[in-house]
Amino acid sequence: MTQEATLPDPLAEVAPPRGRSGGAAWGIWLARRLGLAVLTLWLVSIVVFLATAALGDPVRAILGRDYGTNVARREQLEAQLGIGDSIITRYFDWLGGLLTGDFGTSLANQQPVWGQISSSVVNSLVLVLLSALAMVPLAFGIAMISSHYRRKRPDTVIQTILLALAGVPEFVTGILLVSVFSTTVFKIFPAVTLVAPGGAPWDEPKSMVLPVLTLVIAVTPYVSRIVRATLLEVLDSDYVELARLKGIPEPVVMRKHALLNAIVPGIQVVSLQLAWLAGGVVLVETLFQYPGVGRQLVDSVRNHDVAMVQALSMIIAGVYIVVNLVADVLSILLTPRARTAISS
Amino acid sequence: MTSATDSDQADHQVRTTGGLVIEDLGVSLTGKDVDVVDDIDLVLKPGEVVGLVGESGSGKTTVGTSLLNYSRAGAHISSGKVLLEDRDVLQLPWKEVRKLRGEEIAYVPQDPASALNPSIRIGKQLVELQQLRGIGTSESRLAAARAGLEEVGLPSDDEFLRRYAHQLSGGQVQRVALAMAFLPKPKVLVLDEPTTGLDVTTQKMVLDTMAALCRTYGVSALYVTHDLAVVANIADRVAVMYAGQIAELGPRDTIFANPSHPYTRALLDSIPHLSQARALKGIPGRTPSPGRRPGGCRFNDRCSFAVDRCRDEVPALREIAPEHEVRCHRVGEIGTWDINIGTVPDADPDKPRDVILSVDGLNVFYGRKQVVHDVTFDLAKGEVVALVGESGSGKTTISRSVGGLHKDWTGTLTFEGRPLATSARKRTSDDRRRMQYIFQNPYLSLNPRLTIEQIIKRPMELFGLAKGKEATERVVELMGQVALGSQMLHYQASRLSGGERQRVAIARALAAEPDVMICDEITSALDVSVQGSIVELLEGLRLERGISMLFVTHNLALVRSIAARVEILQAGKVVEEGSVVRVMDTPQQDYTKTLLGNSPRID
Repeated sequence: MTQEATLPDPLAEVAPPRGRSGGAAWGIWLARRLGLAVLTLWLVSIVVFLATAALGDPVRAILGRDYGTNVARREQLEAQLGIGDSIITRYFDWLGGLLTGDFGTSLANQQPVWGQISSSVVNSLVLVLLSALAMVPLAFGIAMISSHYRRKRPDTVIQTILLALAGVPEFVTGILLVSVFSTTVFKIFPAVTLVAPGGAPWDEPKSMVLPVLTLVIAVTPYVSRIVRATLLEVLDSDYVELARLKGIPEPVVMRKHALLNAIVPGIQVVSLQLAWLAGGVVLVETLFQYPGVGRQLVDSVRNHDVAMVQALSMIIAGVYIVVNLVADVLSILLTPRARTAISS
Repeated sequence: MTSATDSDQADHQVRTTGGLVIEDLGVSLTGKDVDVVDDIDLVLKPGEVVGLVGESGSGKTTVGTSLLNYSRAGAHISSGKVLLEDRDVLQLPWKEVRKLRGEEIAYVPQDPASALNPSIRIGKQLVELQQLRGIGTSESRLAAARAGLEEVGLPSDDEFLRRYAHQLSGGQVQRVALAMAFLPKPKVLVLDEPTTGLDVTTQKMVLDTMAALCRTYGVSALYVTHDLAVVANIADRVAVMYAGQIAELGPRDTIFANPSHPYTRALLDSIPHLSQARALKGIPGRTPSPGRRPGGCRFNDRCSFAVDRCRDEVPALREIAPEHEVRCHRVGEIGTWDINIGTVPDADPDKPRDVILSVDGLNVFYGRKQVVHDVTFDLAKGEVVALVGESGSGKTTISRSVGGLHKDWTGTLTFEGRPLATSARKRTSDDRRRMQYIFQNPYLSLNPRLTIEQIIKRPMELFGLAKGKEATERVVELMGQVALGSQMLHYQASRLSGGERQRVAIARALAAEPDVMICDEITSALDVSVQGSIVELLEGLRLERGISMLFVTHNLALVRSIAARVEILQAGKVVEEGSVVRVMDTPQQDYTKTLLGNSPRID
């Protein structure tokens, strides 16, 4: 019998991937994701606008008890906010301003908003990025050590510590760090960030240490626990068993075979934590007097500075969306199955 | 227990010829004094393929990985020696064990789909070991990888090397794993059910490749499987394992011609033959897990020949003929075995048929892609029609369309003379009740949160057949029919074995009192012995209740024993159809002949 002759051609069994020529497919995919991101941002703008400017009477909210007495200020505010116009006109005026880079004028001191927030946006981004740079290797390292010793003593100790840290609110961590490193025990790092006018917080690198450390401690436990759980699952997989039976040394098994397949859930949780950091550093920034968006947002809300609140909310939303987009792109690039599905 | 002379002999053999010797190997659960396997003595001569056969839970994979000084989490190798050319693998320092793995003893994994790393290109995975060990240059490694791929009949161009595992078919992945194992030219190969889940053509291709490579390089191989039929085609010697011990060991021909352990015979009785229908029989009960094994002979509670002595006295592995060893007290007392025991007449091709379900001009689509082309067949009352084909032939798609689970199809489906709607949602409740679907994987088809009682009761409540106490009584009755004890009523599915789960799935289908059952590869996730008992059960139901069945499978031997008619499918088209006897004895089409030729057989 000529069975071999009738066997299917191995090449025909699965259509070969179209290789690296999937550039067009990638372009289309990216354009779709960007379009969705813009759509999300637009929806956010509606929510932000409705919540800050359209519900109730913003002028009454701003002036409070002065509403009846300070007529000149009231009229000036009404003119600036365009209270006479319909809400739709006001929205589109505001949106048009956003699109042309005009974030409006602060109600508190009549300065352009962008001029006031640009430096704090940069400060906050630097804070978040530094924390991320320290947090990602740390969290992955802890996860690898922990999963290597699964359910043995080192793992139990690490998991207990992480759980305890995850349970402590970040301002408590901050206060503890301050008391240890800058007041009672040691006096190594400054407790607050003092920035000279026109300067940046990193002009005095020492003052960055405690805010960064607080954020790292706040975020690392979550990331580390998720990565450990994924790693444990991957370490149980058939391909890791095969790698071990093939005689691959354990560190290489962990680094190449396991970590590579556990990295995607890690990226997702890192992105969620980074996005949270972008908007949620309020307490930490306030605690350390760090001149970032969080602190400015709190001040603006307190001052009923509608224009500032709107601008800051949009920037925080923008960071959320960009971080998630980047995480999605990275996840797909690092998952061959998803990657090849796009390019073929 | 091995005597001193036995092991001396074995040592001698190794020194002169190489190969591998396993002496008194034992693996225990960590922290408990419970043996997973014990008292394993086995010799792999150079260039010899030894089949290690047993049901799930018999410890065969544990023995396989022990040869590489590896045990899964929760177990450890507690005793014995694995001698590779005078060196005891189990006593070597850790670094040397690692060096020995892959280079001298290689392992081919079970599940082709999950055994290769999904994130590393196969070209890189192939040369990874050599690269880590610094063997050769990057060019020589690449050349070796290409040569290795060609040896297993795969393309070796850059495009193929750049692929990921998911861009290969199941057979290709398994052959890549074979190439990877052979690349360092090992002396011993451990293959852990490497063809489970592959269709017959691919299985044949992988087995042929493996056999050729073993011959070429003089590699000794341990082939672990639950299917004696596969072993019959490739092994030189066969070791049958039961409950952590070797029950019978001998040359292949001896094992198949003169099986002497009741367990070996029972396994053989559960295998369907290509040449003749058989009344398949399962083995009652299930393989006891470590720690729950009975005293005396471990098989005594499932053995039809057991006497008091079997319950009290532990039997030793005794040589009853040269190279033929059996662990049974009653060897020689239980008569001989004949391969034709259990043979029954084939289904009568001329029997008058009373058609209940007919499919006419069925075309099925997934989106714009047509996967089934103009398929026409019918099903009579009390008849089993088999849909046979390789993976991708459209057999499951057809059954899903008939069952109304896939609705993107055209053609006519007539049930008792009435046309049926495309999707199950649009069919009447009675039509839905009368046609029941049983899925391939019983580990996924039962809700893990519900008890067995709730699972089986559900169709009765849904179709208003019975309620409350009456329903519970019917559940007990149905469980009796599928040979499940009523103590399982309140179990959740996770406590059941694969075969027991599939029985629950069958009982659930029966609860609706169907006229037609669609069985989608319902035995392919199960051990052969369990398959035997499921087939026995279905045959009984067909005779008693006159239920018609559409039986989807890739196993032609099984078709011979269960079906009256068969439809051979290729690429979504029926290439040959007719009565089972006609199609299998005088196949007309080349494709059918190829399928038959590739099917493993013991007859």
